[in-house]
Amino acid sequence: MERLKLVLQYFQSNSESISNGICIILALVSVKLYTSFDFSCPCLPQYNKLYSLGVMIVPPIILFFLGVLVNRHTGVMMEEWMRPIGNRSKNPAVVKYLFSAMIQRALLAPMVWILVTLLDGKIFICAFSVSVDPALFSGLPNNTGLDVIKIMAKVPCKEDIIFRNSSFRKAVSRYVSCYNLSEHTNTFMYLYSHEELLSALSMGRLIKPYFDDHATSLQTRYWSNYLDVEQKLFEETCVLHARDFARKCVVQFFEDMREDAVLRLPQPLFFRNSREEWEDKEEERLHGVSKQEEVDQLLNKWYHSKPELDVTRMAHRPRTCVTWEDREGRTLYSDV
Amino acid sequence: MDKFRMMFQFLQANQESFMNGICGIMALASAQMYSVFEFSCPCMPEYNYTYGIGLLIIPPYGFVLNNNVSVLAEEWKRPIGKRHKDPTILRYMFCSITQRSLIAPAVWVSVSLMDGKSFLCAFSINLDIERFGNYSVMNGLTETDKLKLLARIPCEKLFEHQEIRVAATIYIKCISQACGWMFLLMMTLSAFLIRAIRPCFSQAAFLKTKYWSHYIDIERKMFDEACKDHAKSFAKVCIHQYFENISGEIQTLHHHRSGKNDSDDGEEDKRSDEEKLMGIRAQDDMNKVLRNWHTCKPPLALRKEQMEGENNGKLNGNAMGAANGLVNGHTHEVAKKEWAVYYSKV
Repeated sequence: MERLKLVLQYFQSNSESISNGICIILALVSVKLYTSFDFSCPCLPQYNKLYSLGVMIVPPIILFFLGVLVNRHTGVMMEEWMRPIGNRSKNPAVVKYLFSAMIQRALLAPMVWILVTLLDGKIFICAFSVSVDPALFSGLPNNTGLDVIKIMAKVPCKEDIIFRNSSFRKAVSRYVSCYNLSEHTNTFMYLYSHEELLSALSMGRLIKPYFDDHATSLQTRYWSNYLDVEQKLFEETCVLHARDFARKCVVQFFEDMREDAVLRLPQPLFFRNSREEWEDKEEERLHGVSKQEEVDQLLNKWYHSKPELDVTRMAHRPRTCVTWEDREGRTLYSDV
Repeated sequence: MDKFRMMFQFLQANQESFMNGICGIMALASAQMYSVFEFSCPCMPEYNYTYGIGLLIIPPYGFVLNNNVSVLAEEWKRPIGKRHKDPTILRYMFCSITQRSLIAPAVWVSVSLMDGKSFLCAFSINLDIERFGNYSVMNGLTETDKLKLLARIPCEKLFEHQEIRVAATIYIKCISQACGWMFLLMMTLSAFLIRAIRPCFSQAAFLKTKYWSHYIDIERKMFDEACKDHAKSFAKVCIHQYFENISGEIQTLHHHRSGKNDSDDGEEDKRSDEEKLMGIRAQDDMNKVLRNWHTCKPPLALRKEQMEGENNGKLNGNAMGAANGLVNGHTHEVAKKEWAVYYSKV
């Protein structure tokens, strides 16, 4: 259980690995979506091409927007871009880095969908069966009274009754898929190369230091991760503060209701139970912010005027040290 | 502190991911329910449309209910009391509840549109058979008979002309899938516009409303917890008093026999229970507390004197602060020794 908590904490602390994990999950979801989607070509001359184009284009758009939505970096980037300058100067390189990382990750699932669609081949048969010359094949069913175009449009539909006991349909399908695979190899290669490009971009991170200003890119990565962590910690602190505020408010309400003033007994030093320690820590976490107006002011200032990146004051805060001496002046214990 | 932090991080992440998990589970449940549900079109001109469209729209309403609605309703209905009501917070709570509860219905609608059976059932009577080829089935039929024939298309066993049926099924399914993809695209686009573009507008106000809506939620939980603790202590003290009243001598005898240690622990428990009661010791008082919690909520302002008072109490017994000089031990259990304490800032 401890190990699981540690693993979870590691994943939660490293926001890049979370984003990568979500991106991969979305790609798997797109594959699963394609396999569970019941591709049914309309088998009508006017609609075949439209349907195929729709299946090829609309789901990738949806997957792209989903990829942008589930990525945490989107919110961080938008906030950093839109905030007023305040006490902290803005670094456009960080925003650019976050934007490119977000776009790269969001493009993976749509590419996977397009790749899977093309590899499957049903979309080719649906779109291009009408353009095949039926004279190349024997066994064209000519007793139905339908136009040739309409018959060719029905090729993608296996269940159609006019193709029963006929090898015509299978021959045309196979021809279409192979023909289009070779004819449209350039499209295929383009998409495949896009996949290569994506992997090259990630490889590029490895070789970039040798060609680029390594120091700048290190800085950009550091500060973009910092922004993410800072936002998470702010939200966490707000949650903790709200919890303590609520607890104190409720206790205060109960105590206000009592009729007679009851003196609270002073707690002896060595008999403090765990509840007292809990209250100590609670008051620390309130940080002196204990009114609605103060909280509103704090939140307003956090957005309009973010603090400068300088924690010298907190990091080197003077610490009270205690030294215990006995009557003779011998040091018994010292914090120094 | 670290352990507490890790635990809280886990809990908080758990709460968010808990809500997201609930949404995901509801979505999966709605998809599973659709696959389990046996769709059987009535195949009659008067009822097809109602059945088809009804099954598309009505089940999603069952998923919209959410237990957070009660928090929103309480905040909306409460009298003002000492705490003002902020309409932006109510709006924010309403929006977030709506967003979460719309996921499962959206999944149901998109799954049923992709499947196509609803559309086939609802719109088979509007089909134009000529589109699928030269079929002489419809020749010489009256309008009513034509409608009845078309209405039987969704039922495999009732419609004899398989080729028309297959062609019509595929055609309507294709339209249904197009509608399904468009619906998904619209939902994704609107979610994108709301979540990704929102930081461009009123981010400061958004931080405020998010904080206070979370506060309302957590205050309710804290109040419930405090009431539970109070009830427990109330019950303990009440029972203790009852036993004391009924058999006072036996109780005292019991204490003498078991020795000092028990009495010390018993005293401490009794004191902590008394403290937990916070001065509310009668039924009427408790009823007043509960009534006032709704009719007159307290202001959002903690008293600083209360906090300082507790700090003063600690100063006397603690080695904190900037005072110089001798510090006396105030506990009656430890023998009074005098120590010299020096405070230095390093």
